[in-house]
Amino acid sequence: MHQHEPNDWKKYVIVLFITSTIFISGLWISNYLNSKKINQVRNIEDKISLDLMSSETQFNLLQEISCKDISNTVLSSELSSLASKISYSENNIGVENVDVVSLKKYYSLLEIKDYILMKRITDRCGQKSVFILYFYGNDNCQDCTKQGYVLTSLSEKYPNLRVYSFDYNLDLSAIRAMISIYKVPNNLPAIVINGKVYSGFNSIEAIEKLIPDVVRDRAIELKQKALLEEKAAKDKTSLKNDTKNQ
Amino acid sequence: MDSVYTIIFYVFSFLAVYIQIFFLVTFLDKRKTIKWSPAELVLDSYPTVTIAVPIYNEERTIVKTVESLLSLDYPKDKLKIFLVDDGSKDNSWSTIQVFKDNPSIVLLQKENGGKHTAINLALEKTDSEFFACLDSDSFVHDQALKRILKYFETDPKAMAVVPSVIIYNPKNIVQIIQKVEYDMAIYTKKTLGLMGGMQTTPGPLSTFRKKVFDELGPYRKAHNTEDQEMALRMQEHGYKIDYCPDAYIYTNAPHSVSKLYRQRVRWIYGFIKNLIDYRRILFKKKYGPVALFTLPSGIVAIFGIIFIFTTIFYNIIKFIINKYIEIQTIGFAHFFNFNYKFEWFFVSTKAALFFSIILYILVIVSLLIGRKLSTGKANFSFSMFYYIIIFSVIAPFWMLRAIYNAIFSKESSWTFERRVINN
Repeated sequence: MHQHEPNDWKKYVIVLFITSTIFISGLWISNYLNSKKINQVRNIEDKISLDLMSSETQFNLLQEISCKDISNTVLSSELSSLASKISYSENNIGVENVDVVSLKKYYSLLEIKDYILMKRITDRCGQKSVFILYFYGNDNCQDCTKQGYVLTSLSEKYPNLRVYSFDYNLDLSAIRAMISIYKVPNNLPAIVINGKVYSGFNSIEAIEKLIPDVVRDRAIELKQKALLEEKAAKDKTSLKNDTKNQ
Repeated sequence: MDSVYTIIFYVFSFLAVYIQIFFLVTFLDKRKTIKWSPAELVLDSYPTVTIAVPIYNEERTIVKTVESLLSLDYPKDKLKIFLVDDGSKDNSWSTIQVFKDNPSIVLLQKENGGKHTAINLALEKTDSEFFACLDSDSFVHDQALKRILKYFETDPKAMAVVPSVIIYNPKNIVQIIQKVEYDMAIYTKKTLGLMGGMQTTPGPLSTFRKKVFDELGPYRKAHNTEDQEMALRMQEHGYKIDYCPDAYIYTNAPHSVSKLYRQRVRWIYGFIKNLIDYRRILFKKKYGPVALFTLPSGIVAIFGIIFIFTTIFYNIIKFIINKYIEIQTIGFAHFFNFNYKFEWFFVSTKAALFFSIILYILVIVSLLIGRKLSTGKANFSFSMFYYIIIFSVIAPFWMLRAIYNAIFSKESSWTFERRVINN
């Protein structure tokens, strides 16, 4: 009977040790970089919070004077880039991660503050902004994905439209308060326009019907822009002809 | 769902990294013991050797194969070559008649019964000390046999020695990526040989002490992978199998994806079936590394590759569905919107990504060591990339097919594959 060489158990253990070390290092590096990202997001949120407070204070100070002096420092574009970072973190780090959830709550509060302030400015100074509050669900809500596309597309089309999105299931008292104020049902997605709730999916055309002022203003704006461009082009050609004639 | 997926991913990547490191540690530990033959190799004695060449429809390559055997640097009176025609339907039999007057060559013809029956017929008719078989689509390096026998001479415990198989004259991309794969196999097989965990004695000139067959019996059909079964039988009985990296055998590789696919379905199918037949040795420490390392690694490889493939497939489908919903909802407004600004924030920092990177680095290290062993230089080439990319795309298909066939016991026959390869 032939015999195998004795098993080299030491090697099995050494390799296990090396592999575990690689794995623990991988997990550690990943954790370290994730916490750096979370800090980065938190810093942006702090900065936005500071800017918002400053705008609020400025508004309170100046409300008796003129609307022209309200500088438009409220940061919708920064808010939307923050939104994409938070939603990326939800995928990359985890929806249930404590830090990610806290970033999201902070972000929702900033949105609400921005909404209240902008609404006050709009009411007082007669600006033409329209606000959409959008409530979505995270789990198995395919219509929410579609509604997201629609709202992104609309806010690109109409700069005067301000969309604020909220996770319906986020455990935040301010969101719960909004849900009860506007009586938002749990049939998601749901949008609130001018205080009225529309639940279920709404297409681009359906929403455009709900915001006729914004659509009309944008059409006028585009028409004016086109006229101006046409005029500029005409001027240019006549200038060219003039120089040619000379 | 997500966490289950993550756990499976971690388990597979842990095992895959473990396997790669195990190879690397063994190789680095024992690389000094690898024996390379001098240019002028002299043996203390020249024992008798029989080489059997099973033939099925090989009229085009057989003469070249036999001529390469005749030019082996080995005393002619010690070497017998058995050409066994396994009921070919082409002119193989009349083609090999050119050798009928050669005293070293014996011609045999039989009814078609499969490769193992052809080799066994030669086994019955020989009493030489060593026995080898050579696939009729392969050619030998003239020093190959002497180098193999040197292993037997220096190690009386060696019962079989497996040579290095090299792809002959790779022309198209399918053959070039197989060359990369076979070069890597020189590293993995040598390492398995060093640790005593070889699980196959492949068709191209694996050489045995004849008494292996006297003691363990002849070849079996073994789901058309008789070379895997023989090795497992030897391992079960504690017979040592070694690997000689500089005994070169050149083989014709399948030159199209469909032929490669058929060959691999047969290999993986054979692996699964033989594994089931020999499940009694799995994880039993008395059977050594083949039971504790090689066979489990094969299982991890099959399921790991299928798992990665399903993941990628699932993500592609998900992406397409999302794009479809987007287009359906808002038209093509965003479809061509590619103005992404690069930001470090959006680079993935998932642990899974690190493990994948580590794994790919280890695979590339294996490829480089294989190339070093094969050509003497560990230089990087683009064919390695092609190999990794193409094999990751097509390998899951033959693995899935082999599993399917194994479940429903659909055998792919050797003769069928031969017929296809020659066409």
